[in-house]
Formats: sequence, structure tokens, C-alpha cells
Amino acid sequence: MSISVSNISKSYKDVKALQNISFEVNEGELFGLIGPDGAGKTTLFRILTTLLFADEGSATVADYNVVADYKKIRNNVGYMPGKFSLYQDLTVEENLSFFATIFGTTIEENYDLIKEIYLQIEPFKNRRAGKLSGGMKQKLALCCALIHKPKVLFLDEPTTGVDPVSRKEFWEMLKRLQQKGITILVSTPYMDEAELCDRIALLQDGKILEIDTPQAIINHYPKPIFNVGANNMYQLINSLNDYEYNHSVYPFGEFVHYTDNRSDFDPKTLKDYLESKNLTDVVIEKTVATIEDTFMELAKPSFSKTSEHNVK
Amino acid sequence: MNNDKVIQVESLTKMFGDFIAVNDITFDVNKGEIFGFLGANGAGKTTAMKMLIGISKPTFGKAHVAGFDVFTDAENIKKNIGYMSQKFALYDDLTVKENITFFGGIYGLSRKRIKEKANTLIEELGLGNVANQLVGSLPLGWKQKLSFSVSLIHDPKIVFLDEPTGGVDPITRRQFWELIYKAANQGTTIFVTTHYMDEAEYCDRVSIMVNGKIEALDTPKKLKEQFKAANMNDVFLKLARG
Repeated sequence: MSISVSNISKSYKDVKALQNISFEVNEGELFGLIGPDGAGKTTLFRILTTLLFADEGSATVADYNVVADYKKIRNNVGYMPGKFSLYQDLTVEENLSFFATIFGTTIEENYDLIKEIYLQIEPFKNRRAGKLSGGMKQKLALCCALIHKPKVLFLDEPTTGVDPVSRKEFWEMLKRLQQKGITILVSTPYMDEAELCDRIALLQDGKILEIDTPQAIINHYPKPIFNVGANNMYQLINSLNDYEYNHSVYPFGEFVHYTDNRSDFDPKTLKDYLESKNLTDVVIEKTVATIEDTFMELAKPSFSKTSEHNVK
Repeated sequence: MNNDKVIQVESLTKMFGDFIAVNDITFDVNKGEIFGFLGANGAGKTTAMKMLIGISKPTFGKAHVAGFDVFTDAENIKKNIGYMSQKFALYDDLTVKENITFFGGIYGLSRKRIKEKANTLIEELGLGNVANQLVGSLPLGWKQKLSFSVSLIHDPKIVFLDEPTGGVDPITRRQFWELIYKAANQGTTIFVTTHYMDEAEYCDRVSIMVNGKIEALDTPKKLKEQFKAANMNDVFLKLARG
């Protein structure tokens, strides 16, 4: 087992950042922690990288205990925090050789691991890290996290605020690192990235909502789900929110994802209702749930109060 | 000046030395429209937006925002628009009520009007129980919704939203968009940047910037047809690398 987390809890004063979290990550697995800001992702990363003590529970990384063997862990993991944390006043090359030296290695020794990524920033190797663009900083940070050939790589929100093209490239890089035998624990608030992981844990308010493969999580979605479209999105959302039989109403791109609370739901009755609200071009068709649908379904109870307030 | 066009931009250009950050962009935004302003990191979105909100002088070109010229009337633009970004929103060390009062005061609302606004806003957002709590103690999603409402406190004609939903959970993100729809429905123009491509689909029209230029501008539906793409994410991937 590459990472094993057992009943971990952590509080900051009154805030329960993590509540009784347990999961395991297999060797060579690409495992995703999926959840919004405040879900507890960073706290978990800091505990697993030995930078923070848990209040309760235990964890091992690469078979080392996060408390007793913290020095061993630090030599065997790479950590890329969410906030850019390289030396801004050192150049690209200086940052990289600094981290190599700290870990008692050289850039040459593990060059094959970072080559593909480093070649993209090599033209700027004499530029100070602080002067790099966001995408370049991210690639440099990844190189620095890999320079000592870690067994486990921790990436805390590597793609937040990054545009879709760069995000896609980043995930392609992760897949190739995985093929080199590195175990990867990655967190993201983007639900579409969840589908690129082998397994994921959905995290909200310090609790795990579900752990499984992305496909299994989608398959667990409990209800038939429909795409609903009409001529006016705002009126459509309002009308669906007012509809007494709705179970969930969530805008999804050009459609609204709708589920009904009746077991014998007939889309025709909904169409008639929407047309009675003066909506035209009403389309209702069955669709498949996404990870995001599942996340919202699981997260729903704790949100029902605020969402009712805000719908109107 | 056409009253239905709340933003009119013609050949707008911004150079930093030899570097052309925004290169000859031309577009209009209509009253009550939700206009999505997309582009890869570094494409020039922020620079363009800074010119439109009156805090950066263009090198060439013309632009009118809310009826005012960006070259000569920047102060009036600032008074007539709302602005919200993920980085700068509200003061964490003030309470919900204090933030509303503060921003109401900044925009020159009367005490009576501020009080009315504060009450409506707190009621509408369901923040009654936390009205006297520090904003810093609220979940990010609540902060962002409050921040959006505060950006509308002086009833601006246009509100500029710079990645308003980054990191926000999916349910709150949708509630946020319902607030946007509501404001647009009441005639406020929305100018929004986002990296969530499903949100691009919620816009009436979308522009995509690549290397300082606007490479595409149309309704999401027409863009998908034009680029033979299933969704806006594919449109973006086809275009944005330039």
C-alpha cells in the first residue's frame, strides 16, 4: 500500500477540517481528492507530507509512519503545494539544482524523469522564477517536486485557475509520470478532472462522501436524469425550481439537469407544465449523470437550507 | 451613442514596450447581456478588462463603457460599473453588515438607502444569522455570493466579474449563476471571465481571446456549430492554443 489513512481527524479551533477520514491508495495509482475550497484537501496533504500533526488517527506513506518516520517520508515524497512556493529570486536552473542538492542528488541523476517537462522551460532557465508565467511556474514546481525521484507525488490543486488547454496538458504529464511507477495523490476542485483518475474520493466539509472509480461513482447515481432546455434559461430555472415534483435542478451548460421525485415520472407532464409557464422550444431528454451530478446529490442535505434561500 | 450598447470597443490595443498584450480588439456588448470573456492564461483578458474598467489607459483604439470614454472619462466609468474578482472581494475583518455599509458609502449612497440595501441583500441571500459575523469566517461560496451582491449595490449598468467562481463548490457555483441570471434579467449587463467551460455555455455570447486578439465571438450554439464541437470545452481546445 502506498498511502494508508486511518481515522484521521483534525480541527482548527471550532472548525472540523477533517472528520474521521480513512482511505488507501495502491502503488502506482493515480488517486484524486475531489472537493471545493474548504473541503479539507490541503489539511490532508499537510498531514501526509509530515508538515502537520493530526489530532486523531494514523497514516503511512510508502510504508513509513507520518509521525515516527517523518524524515524518511520527506526523502521519499514530492510535494507541490497549491501556493507557488519556489524561490522567486532564484532562476529556473538555480531552483532546480537547489532542490536536487537538498535531496542529495543532481539534476543529471534523475534527468530522464523530468526531461519531458524540463525541456519546455529550459529556454527560460536563466529567468528568475518570479518572472515566469503561471503555466511555466507550475512546470518548474513539478520538476522540483520530482528531482529526487519520489515514490509518491502529492499535488495540491495543481490546475486551479489554469485554463482548459494547460489543464489538459498537465493531466497528460501526470499520466506519463504514473507510467513510470510513481504513485500520485492529486486534488482538484474541477469535477471533470475526476474522470481522469483511477479512483477518487469526493470530499466536502472534512468528510468523505464516497470513494470509488469514477465510473462506479457515476453508476451509483440514484435517479434517472434529464436534460431540459427551453428558450429562456432564467425562466426555465425558476419554473423548474417552483415545480412541486422536482428533486434537483442544476444548470449544466446549455441544459438544466433535472431529476423528479416521482417513481413514475412522465416527461410529457413536465413539458406541459413548462409550456404553461410560457416557455417555448422545450426539450426534455434522458441523459447520463456526471461526477458533478453525483457530488451534488451526495452533498445536498447539508446545503438544502441555503439553496432554498437562494433559488428565488 | 447607441443606448442599447453598454460597451463599445473599437480597435482597442495595449502595448507594454514592444509586447502587444491586447491587439486591435473590436466588439459590442448589449444591455442586459451576459457576455463571456474567455481565453487561455496570458491571452490578454486581464489587460483588456483593466482598460474597460478605467484603470489602464489603452495605447490605441476607442472604447465606451456605460456611455463614458475610457480615455477621458475613466472616473465616471468607475462610478457606473460594478467589479468583483476572486482575488479582491470583501474585507475579511469587517462583518457582513459593515462590508455592505462600507461599499455603499464608497459609492455615495445615502444612509437610508444603505440601510434598505443591507436589509434586502441580507434577506435575499439568507444571511440573517451571520449578518454580524466577520466575513472571513464565512464559507468561500457565501463570500462570493455576498461579494457579487455588493458589487451591485449602486445599481450599476454593468458588472465585471473576474473568475468569480474559482474553487467554489458545484452547488454554490450554480446558485451564483442564478444570481447572475437574475441581475441580467433586471437589465444589468454582465461581463464575466471564467475557466469553467460549462459556465461559458450559460452566457448569451462568448468571445475567446488568443494571443491578444479576439479569435471568436458568437453565441455558444453558433460557436459549437462553427467549430464542429460538442461543447464549449472542445471549442476552447480547438482555438485557444493559437
